[in-house]
Amino acid sequence: MTMANYTVPTVTSTVTSTDGLTEKVSVRNLDFFYGDHRALKTINVSLYHGKVTAFIGPSGCGKSTLLRILNRMYDLYPNQRATGTVQLDNENILSPSQDLNMLRAKVGMVFQKPTPFPMTIYENIAFGIRLYEKLPKSELDGRVQHALERAALWNEVKDKLGANGQSLSGGQQQRLCIARTVAVRPEVILFDEPCSALDPISTAKIEELIDELKEDYTIAIVTHNMQQAARVSDFTAFMYLGELVEYGETTKIFTAPNDRRTQDYITGRFG
Amino acid sequence: MALVSGANSPLYAQRRRKNGITMGLAYAATGFGLTWLVLILAVLLWEGFSGLSLRVFTEMTPPPGSAGGLLNPILGSLVMTGLAVIIGTPLGILAGTYMAEYGRYDKLSSVVRFINDILLSAPSIVIGLFVYEIMVAQMGHFSAWAGAIALAVIVVPVVVRTTEDMLTLVPDTLREAAASIGLPRALMIQKVAYRAARAGMITGVLLAVARISGETAPLLFTALNNQFWSTNMNAPMASLPVVIFQFALSPYKDWQELAWTGALIITLSVLTLSIIARALASQSKSQ
Repeated sequence: MTMANYTVPTVTSTVTSTDGLTEKVSVRNLDFFYGDHRALKTINVSLYHGKVTAFIGPSGCGKSTLLRILNRMYDLYPNQRATGTVQLDNENILSPSQDLNMLRAKVGMVFQKPTPFPMTIYENIAFGIRLYEKLPKSELDGRVQHALERAALWNEVKDKLGANGQSLSGGQQQRLCIARTVAVRPEVILFDEPCSALDPISTAKIEELIDELKEDYTIAIVTHNMQQAARVSDFTAFMYLGELVEYGETTKIFTAPNDRRTQDYITGRFG
Repeated sequence: MALVSGANSPLYAQRRRKNGITMGLAYAATGFGLTWLVLILAVLLWEGFSGLSLRVFTEMTPPPGSAGGLLNPILGSLVMTGLAVIIGTPLGILAGTYMAEYGRYDKLSSVVRFINDILLSAPSIVIGLFVYEIMVAQMGHFSAWAGAIALAVIVVPVVVRTTEDMLTLVPDTLREAAASIGLPRALMIQKVAYRAARAGMITGVLLAVARISGETAPLLFTALNNQFWSTNMNAPMASLPVVIFQFALSPYKDWQELAWTGALIITLSVLTLSIIARALASQSKSQ
């Protein structure tokens, strides 16, 4: 593939230097269709290992749609298709031969609404691990504990691992879902508005968690909350009407955006 | 000058009047319905309990004029109902699962749903005739197998319907969450969707049992009746509804009394099943 293939008239990428960054996910000329409706238009963006990339923009701009392409979640539904390429470590995940379950093991996702499975807290975590590994009980216990510790939930639930996961509070459920995602040992974690159903204290905990997790993972987060994007992310992509308007270092996007529309959005003039 | 407050406006007063009238009608309708239910249950308890004794559960149906019990029809009902559930439940759950999970967006699902709805409301006597034609007429004799099959044909659409409905109620977010850790669809259905819908699905099966335990018409054409103790599935078999039908219409006093007792046994069994179904449903809600 040559650079000539890249027709990216609308995007102004302001990433000044990619030195020392490892590109984990590379989205090139991505279009997405709900039936005949073109929801994403020629998207080009990169996700870097050890960094958090935030996707912001008004409702309906396509940011969640973009996120759901990265683990091919859209494949669960009919009449949805993506064209272009999405490379995960030099592998085009949009290829029809892509094994979806293996992809999703590598690219985990945390949703807007906490979605614990209807089983015990322990099982919620162990379930995912057992899918890929046959471990002796003691080792499995260790993995469950480790995942819950990573999600900063262990201290709150260590005495009630047998309780139903759905009996936890909203914020705890969301951390349980993060633990469940981490337990499968993914390389990329996608957060789809993970705090929009949570109170401020739970939100702060999740943000702290994202900051800790980014050391080991490539993280993408969709958020409605611009302050949140500014707080947690290293890179920010502003999307509008299915286009990626501007993409660059978070500090740059929030202090000196190149595009008028980005400026208007982050100063609250629309959206 | 003085503003009419919302609570005093004529429009609001009118709405209150309408509300009062509608509420009154609703209470009256409820009362009317409940009255008959209470009357039916009261008569049943009154007539049924007087004939209830240990003998009912230990002796066979008697010839007119002598003492006896209902052991053979109770056994027949248990055997044929149980068999019908064993045959019908897996079929119903598999079809419901196809419609709610695999074929949710397929045309075939709508076709199956439409046909299933017709089957759901088909008169049971038609089902009895159908099984008579394909089994009894072919084999040349009435049999418990035919009775069980006829009841299974009634079980299937009920279970299909409740399974599909309950699985459709499982939020898609849960399916996506399962997919997001790389769970294959078949495992997602078994481990997540079934678990989330379990109480509703069990309720559906219990409802089906309640429905078939009182069915008379399909058994009349298939299992017929048997005055004696029989566990032979290839022979006619007694069942509570058919015995009630026969005994209640007879001129003999002791037969009529046994019919009431049989009716009471069926009603209490169905009531117990309904209570279990309720308890299961509320238990899973509070989890």
